Amino acid sequence: MKILVCIKQVPDLESRFKPDAAGVWFSEADLAFRVNEYDEYAIEQAVKLKEQLGNEPEITVLSIGPDRVLEAIKKALAMGCDRAVHVQDSAAHLKDPWQIASIIATHAKDQAYDVIFTGMQSQDRGSAQVGVTVAEQLGYACATTLVGFAYEGGAITAKLELEGGIKGVAKLKTPALVTCQLGLNTPRYPTLPNIMKAKKKEIAGVPVADLLKEEALGKTVSFHPPAKKGSGLILEGDVSDLVEKVIGILKDKTAVLR
Amino acid sequence: MKTLLIGEYRQGKLLDTTYELFGFAGQLGAETALFLVGTDSQLPAYGGTLYLADVAVCGEYSPELHKQLVLEAIKKENPDQIVFLHSSYGWDLAPRVAASLKVAQVSEVVAIQEGGYEVGCCNAKMRRTLKPATAQSVITIQAGAFEGVQPGGAPQIVKLAPAGASNVEFLGYEPAEEKGVDLAKAEIIVSAGRGIGKKDNVGIIAALAKAFGGELGASRPVVDAEWVSHDHQVGTTGQTVSPKLYVACGISGAIQHLAGMKKSEFILAINKDKDAPIGEVADVLVVADLLQFVPALTARLSQ
Ligand SMILES: Cc1cc2nc3c(=O)[nH]c(=O)nc-3n(C[C@H](O)[C@H](O)[C@H](O)COP(=O)(O)OP(=O)(O)OC[C@H]3O[C@@H](n4cnc5c(N)ncnc54)[C@H](O)[C@@H]3O)c2cc1C
Repeated sequence: MKILVCIKQVPDLESRFKPDAAGVWFSEADLAFRVNEYDEYAIEQAVKLKEQLGNEPEITVLSIGPDRVLEAIKKALAMGCDRAVHVQDSAAHLKDPWQIASIIATHAKDQAYDVIFTGMQSQDRGSAQVGVTVAEQLGYACATTLVGFAYEGGAITAKLELEGGIKGVAKLKTPALVTCQLGLNTPRYPTLPNIMKAKKKEIAGVPVADLLKEEALGKTVSFHPPAKKGSGLILEGDVSDLVEKVIGILKDKTAVLR
Repeated sequence: MKTLLIGEYRQGKLLDTTYELFGFAGQLGAETALFLVGTDSQLPAYGGTLYLADVAVCGEYSPELHKQLVLEAIKKENPDQIVFLHSSYGWDLAPRVAASLKVAQVSEVVAIQEGGYEVGCCNAKMRRTLKPATAQSVITIQAGAFEGVQPGGAPQIVKLAPAGASNVEFLGYEPAEEKGVDLAKAEIIVSAGRGIGKKDNVGIIAALAKAFGGELGASRPVVDAEWVSHDHQVGTTGQTVSPKLYVACGISGAIQHLAGMKKSEFILAINKDKDAPIGEVADVLVVADLLQFVPALTARLSQ
């Protein structure tokens, strides 16, 4: 069996974001990057599937972006992926979901992957398009927002998260692509021996021009902060003063304190 | 301008959120037609054209079949925009339709702007304005961003029959877990977010909840990490609450969390990040380390 996991590196979302010079995405100055949270579940599920099948499957992890994404790739290798493809693209942030999907699909089409895992969305863009679009371009069966995954005899039983805590259960024959939701499993922490082992694993660098054949279907006009509609009060300062102020406001504005 | 709106039907019911699509089309000033995999015994209050496929034949979750049906309606209607809700049904189906047509998709639109569509990004901290470069486009709209409008009337039905086979077999639904705590009845809820840092700190938030005489709530990561059980989760995939007082401790204010608590009468947020989007709904945002502020507030309340 061959497994592909697609991951994205995203900024720490507790950061403060400022537009870049072109005003269409954030400036990377002062930002720390990490593996997209949804993709950590995708990596973990791929490794679990490999373990379930007696370590026979080979897992390829793929990431598109500048050299900084090698950090994300190394984490995935340390979590248990076998080899990596780094699609080298310093302008990945200017590509639309259709182009990103087409890069992945172009790589995947000759590889005969049986199962492809992606996150359900990225934390920074949140378009929730790339996974499904890859499946469409490859003609794979696809299910989204997985909170449960089981594999047996060439078929995946997927638990799909719907609104309000309800779940749907669907069966897909491989080859298939699934997009992973938060809580699907418990992503492991790479252990020191596995981090050392990962250093010997192959990372194939591929220039994006080798894989990108598609034009963008849409464009970003601007990146900006939301118009402030919050009319709330912002309180800062010394903790004991803050406590007194909050107590005062709650007495004044709510019926919960008397 | 012409829109084809993709309605939703689940567990035998036409979903009310379908009407939010008309709110969006209204703001766009566009003509409408509606598409639904549903039943003619439960028709939407809408006097326009309804492309209707029978759910008894097509199933509620059968993305390949639904995609083919939507494509057929698009062929007949030739809309400028095909509009979905950004829901588990919409974000699953919309990219399949967009890819088949090879047209731009704009996901989770929160507002219509002169130069394009505004969408959230960076966990709701920032916005982007996007513009499709294709003549036709696929749009998904954020739940609750456009107010529902019931156009009224009875639809002219165009029946669609499925062609082809599904490559996904739907086995059925699993109901939501039994609720141990009914947060919907609580007058005061104090919720823990990922900002509490570790499981051991749940006690600090629970103590504040107790001092207020309220219930403990939580954001999703706290539940996913199994720091508290799922019946405490507030949000789209948890419970929807509207207490007299909602206290959000270390919660950033992602849309899926806000959807579950923004109707609270009074919202107090504690966050070390002044720019956290929870500030957009909070009546008071206390910018502080919750590990210092929350115990101090608890102590003061317990005096
Ligand atoms: C389909 C779908 C459904 C979802 N359903 C839900 C749902 O029902 N409910 C839900 O909550 N989420 C849901 N989510 C997840 C949601 O998108 C967010 O990921 C989640 O709400 C974030 O939780 P959080 O605010 O606790 O964590 P984070 O976003 O990580 O925020 C933590 C916050 O804590 C602050 N902080 C950190 N340390 C401190 C400190 N010492 N003192 C004070 N503040 C601190 C930070 O500044 C930050 O703002 C869903 C997502 C998807 C895709």
